[in-house]
Amino acid sequence: MSTLEIKDLHVSVKTDDGPKEILKGVTLTIKDGETHAIMGPNGSGKSTLAYSVAGHPKYDITGGSVTLDGADVLAMTVDERARAGLFLAMQYPVEVPGVSVSNFLRTAKTALDGEAPKLRTWVKDVNAALQQLNLDPTFGQRSVNEGFSGGEKKRHEVAQLELLNPKVAILDETDSGLDIDALKIVSEGVNRFRAQEGKGVLLITHYTRILRYIEPDFVHVFVDGKIADQGGPELAEALEAEGYDKYLTKTAAV
Amino acid sequence: MTTTLTDAARENLEAGLEVKHQITSHLNPPPSYDVADHPLPVGREEIWRFTPIKRLRGLLDGEASDAELTWDTTLPDGVSLTRISTDEARELGELAPNDRPSALAVALAGGARLLDVPAETELDEPVVLRLTGQGADDLVWGHVVLRVGAFSKATIVLVHTGSARYAATTSVLVGDGAQVNVVSLQDWDDDAVHLGRDAILVGRDATVRHTSVSFGGDVVRMHANVEYAAPGGEAELLGLYFADAGQHLEHRLFADHNQPRTKSNVVYKGALQGQGAHTVWIGNVLIRKVAEGIETYEENRNLVLTDGCQADSVPNLEIETGEIEGAGHASATARFDDEQLFYLRSRGVSEKEARRLVLHGFFQDLIRKVGVPEIEERLTTTVEAELAKNVLKDLV
Repeated sequence: MSTLEIKDLHVSVKTDDGPKEILKGVTLTIKDGETHAIMGPNGSGKSTLAYSVAGHPKYDITGGSVTLDGADVLAMTVDERARAGLFLAMQYPVEVPGVSVSNFLRTAKTALDGEAPKLRTWVKDVNAALQQLNLDPTFGQRSVNEGFSGGEKKRHEVAQLELLNPKVAILDETDSGLDIDALKIVSEGVNRFRAQEGKGVLLITHYTRILRYIEPDFVHVFVDGKIADQGGPELAEALEAEGYDKYLTKTAAV
Repeated sequence: MTTTLTDAARENLEAGLEVKHQITSHLNPPPSYDVADHPLPVGREEIWRFTPIKRLRGLLDGEASDAELTWDTTLPDGVSLTRISTDEARELGELAPNDRPSALAVALAGGARLLDVPAETELDEPVVLRLTGQGADDLVWGHVVLRVGAFSKATIVLVHTGSARYAATTSVLVGDGAQVNVVSLQDWDDDAVHLGRDAILVGRDATVRHTSVSFGGDVVRMHANVEYAAPGGEAELLGLYFADAGQHLEHRLFADHNQPRTKSNVVYKGALQGQGAHTVWIGNVLIRKVAEGIETYEENRNLVLTDGCQADSVPNLEIETGEIEGAGHASATARFDDEQLFYLRSRGVSEKEARRLVLHGFFQDLIRKVGVPEIEERLTTTVEAELAKNVLKDLV
């Protein structure tokens, strides 16, 4: 059971010329077991939404609310949000030199569960997750994201999604920079996650390509920090044919 | 007659190739055994401007002293530890001192201790030399020669504990084709002063890794200096330091590429915490005209954990030929990386645990290069203890 409710969210960032508003009132509810796609041109605020919900310190929430099953997400620290059941697969995962993938995964799992995982089953689970994402068995010994190819970084994010198994996953352009094989592998991982009961997915993407593998229940078009249009999967097909031009012209004309 | 001609010819050739020290580094004074060539510094000199001279407690005055550190070691078969005269040490071909404390150490130590690993000897276990100071008021002059013969393979670890006012020259003479790993651990008590110079001469096609680790002591100033006896040598100079409140830890590097097709790679990492913690890292690489086809890289990274610390970091590169494979340097001094902490915390890891993990990784990245499992373990434990003691206590 999980519902992520975003209401009239306003977010700004600090710039040299003072605060700049990026999100201008976003309202969105992901109910139990739903997959929502957010699509939009570059600079429309898609990633800002993802990072704001995850609690990145760069973003100031100036209005609105975010709740997960009724609990006030905005009042939580970054790690509390994760422990409440949120997960963000990042577009640009960060390198942590000297910290091995296996150490990192075990530390995260321990933090989420409040106790260390049973060693034997955990090692088995990690190996299985890595294997399903076509990651080498020696992957666990490598430093987190250091020297990873673009595809390895994304597959590592999805391996974490499966192992840490949150309530709601936000995927920030997980499809960017992937070739078709890697895209399929990553999509299969996301589909395994959402095949479980009650898992919510917020899938942020610039392209419609990934939606052929992960079919959304709802599609929202993001333009200039707001939802400009929404509908079912058919909206993605329309975007594929027509692009974002009509929304952009509309904004420009205002 | 024939000898004279040959000598003259060789001198001419050497002058042409600058094998000798006709051209010296702009940052390192010319080497000399004569203490008079290394006058008492006032503190404004390039090589002394970062060092708190008053806190050296008279070490640079050059008073005579018979005090010694206690040496404790178990030697493997075939390896010997003997005392030799100052002249004998010099004849072994060690690099001449290039600052006042190293010149004083040679002049006043009254001979050297020679650890000798004969040619074509492969040691399975590291040779550990435990040097312990008896008290902060002891004035100790040290002169050590580590000689590893041609085609030998050896790991030598020097562990400094206790306290003293200690100035030492340690020469590492690496024979042709030898593979040598030297670790010098400065784990002194809080009141120790240590001015050390490790001078490494790398033989033809030999590889040497030197790791300097400084945790303890009031003032520790270590110099690691590499020169090459012939082409093809490789040197990796690693360092790790952790300065607490009031400590001054200084590491000076000098890779003198005086031979063609030689390599040097320098990586030093440090962390600072507490009021008055001061670290200094001076990197210097000299690429002489003769040093064609060489490759060098030097890097220093510092993590500043609290307010009130100062990390000085100065990489230098003096280049006299462009006919090389590569030369580069990097230096970065920063606080915790917010993006790393955010990434870890977004996986549920608490702020405290995330900081611990980042710091652990910062050092582990270097520790795993040391290549001596028992030392790697000891370093990991020491780093974790330092972290637990200080960095994390405010976050509990």
